[in-house]
Amino acid sequence: MKSILAILVEDRPGVLTRVSGLFSRRGYNIQNIAVGRTTEAGISRMTVTVEADPLTVEQIVKQLNKLVNVIKVSDLTEETSVERELMMVKVKAEPNKRSDLQQMVTTFRGKIIDVSPDSMIIEVTGDDDKLNAFLLMMQEFGIKEVVSTGKVSLLRGGKITRDSKV
Amino acid sequence: MVLACLEAENVDVVFGFPGGAVLTLYDEIYKKGLNHILTRHEQGAVHAADGYARVSGKPGVVIATSGPGATNLVTGIATAYMDSVPLIAITGQVARPFIGTDAFQEADITGITLPITKHNFLVKSAEEIPWTFKKAFHVANTGRKGPVLIDLPKDIQMEEGPFNYPNKVDIAGYKPTYEGHMGQISKAVSAVKKASRPVIYSGGGVISSGAHQELLEFSRKVCAPVTTTLTGLGAVPSDYELFLGMPGMHGTYAANHALDECDLLIAIGVRFDDRVTGKLDTFASQARVIHIDIDPAEIGKNVVPEIPIVGDVKLVLQEMIKRVKPGETTAWCEKVQNWKAAHPLCYEQKAECSLKPQFVLEEFNRLTGGEAIFTTDVGQHQMWAAHYCQLKTPRRFVSSGGLGTMGFGFPAALGAQVARPEETVVCIAGDGSFQMNSQELATAVQYNLPVKIAIINNQYLGMVRQWQKYFYGGRYSHSSMAGSPDFVKLAEAYGAKGLRATSPGEATPAIQEALSTPGPVLLDFQVDPEENVLPMVAPNTSIIEMIGGEGS
Repeated sequence: MKSILAILVEDRPGVLTRVSGLFSRRGYNIQNIAVGRTTEAGISRMTVTVEADPLTVEQIVKQLNKLVNVIKVSDLTEETSVERELMMVKVKAEPNKRSDLQQMVTTFRGKIIDVSPDSMIIEVTGDDDKLNAFLLMMQEFGIKEVVSTGKVSLLRGGKITRDSKV
Repeated sequence: MVLACLEAENVDVVFGFPGGAVLTLYDEIYKKGLNHILTRHEQGAVHAADGYARVSGKPGVVIATSGPGATNLVTGIATAYMDSVPLIAITGQVARPFIGTDAFQEADITGITLPITKHNFLVKSAEEIPWTFKKAFHVANTGRKGPVLIDLPKDIQMEEGPFNYPNKVDIAGYKPTYEGHMGQISKAVSAVKKASRPVIYSGGGVISSGAHQELLEFSRKVCAPVTTTLTGLGAVPSDYELFLGMPGMHGTYAANHALDECDLLIAIGVRFDDRVTGKLDTFASQARVIHIDIDPAEIGKNVVPEIPIVGDVKLVLQEMIKRVKPGETTAWCEKVQNWKAAHPLCYEQKAECSLKPQFVLEEFNRLTGGEAIFTTDVGQHQMWAAHYCQLKTPRRFVSSGGLGTMGFGFPAALGAQVARPEETVVCIAGDGSFQMNSQELATAVQYNLPVKIAIINNQYLGMVRQWQKYFYGGRYSHSSMAGSPDFVKLAEAYGAKGLRATSPGEATPAIQEALSTPGPVLLDFQVDPEENVLPMVAPNTSIIEMIGGEGS
């Protein structure tokens, strides 16, 4: 089962190591991780995606909560939250395929952000399903390189993570 | 500034070993004075601080220099972490401009100790020192206790500045839960009332929380027998009629069978270690489980309890004692007491035969009137000590439980003696374990710490040999300790008294002489080399599948 954990941490040196080290030494597998700012100075937010059974996820949350630099851990399920990931894809763009490519980018509501004689960089945002579908479509043009930010996630509705119960 | 922090935390002794990156700190110690015990190895210092902490209940403090000094603390820090012992490790670090350059004696000790400390700090400026110490002592000594390391770059130690020690501490990410949830406590109280075969499984958390009196009162009130883990020994007196001894791999017949047959398991300050539970799905398989612990992560880690209670076990037990009513347990208590009587721990000491380790321990009990503080190393002697040492009160049995650190017992005994100068401290050591930190004989002599070291000398790594006997076809691969020194001469070389006993007739007067000698004494008990620790349960089997549990 996939879980997305939102982890509010003190923005101090070594905190990422503490969190990622905890996952590796207790044998949990991180599928995806993203770190970024919050509205509060000195507090960062990590979004970690893990594939594990509910008991293991509960144990992960408890172990994370034991880290002194971790302020709050929330388990955001797919039903109650929205998730997005930003991806940039460099694809081959031969002159005779450019219009097909442009059409595909429009369909996925992507953006062409760099063009060269034989390639393009396309920016696309979405959840797992959309990004996977986009990559599949890009394969026929020839993918040269892919980079993505890692997934971020927010609770739906007016509630904020800091107040929610895990 | 560091010394002022230690003073503010009421630290009355530190254990340590100087070196390049802590020279400034040691210069302050020279000028201002601090009760400092110089060991002969940093590992000795950290185990001594651990022994001090376990006996006194206060955080132990250890100082080491950067690089090898700091890495020599690693085993001791891991030992304290596994057994939840409050410890402050202060390490020197190379000066700030040199960090990350592979400078002389540089080691990333905060990185190295990340998984074995409750928390650690690399101090980046002198202004951070007071609040770092405040936080470190707070984190180490509250909640589930544990070691905290403070890494102090050399140039920071030289800086002077205004000293304002905070009197309060607030850490957003660190808020232990002390009060148990009332709804959960009610559920537990009702489960106790319904149970006819309850067992209390009590651990180090009860000692750490100072809940031993509550434990005894609770056990009496609900008429439930008690078994305690290795680190929980002493929570109830050894002669308490409902005390079953230790459970698990070397547990007693009564403890293991009670756990197997109970209908309610009341787990208090324990973590369901594999050495206690054996094969998990056979452990207390008929029982409803109440688990009380201050660390939420322990609950459900190995066994998912029906009634979890997160909180300080002392507060939770006080609340439960107020409300609890016993179930109908008379028949059960009779049954376990019959087990206890029919299947005691046993050994045979014939007068003229080779000396039995168990006899040595019983003589220590007899001749100290059950008033000694015992420390142990790890191995067979540790299990015999756990079986036979008579304890009237807690914090008198000091042993490396979780990590199983050989070489722990002797330096820990020095720390224990520093904490309790008026008490008799006996280190039960193995001939193998003792040689891992025997250099601390110099420390014992230098500070005249009158520790009595009882080496249970069977000329083997006895527990390794025992496993090789039972599980590896008797192939004794590198478990012989032939080639060990003459321990009596070794003690004498350091200026301590050394005594030897090879028979029961020699053992008793040797112990008497040791106990009446004012300084440190090493006793070399040359015991039966092939004696085994029984009962024994093979790893990952049910704890009632015992080898030699029948008693005589």
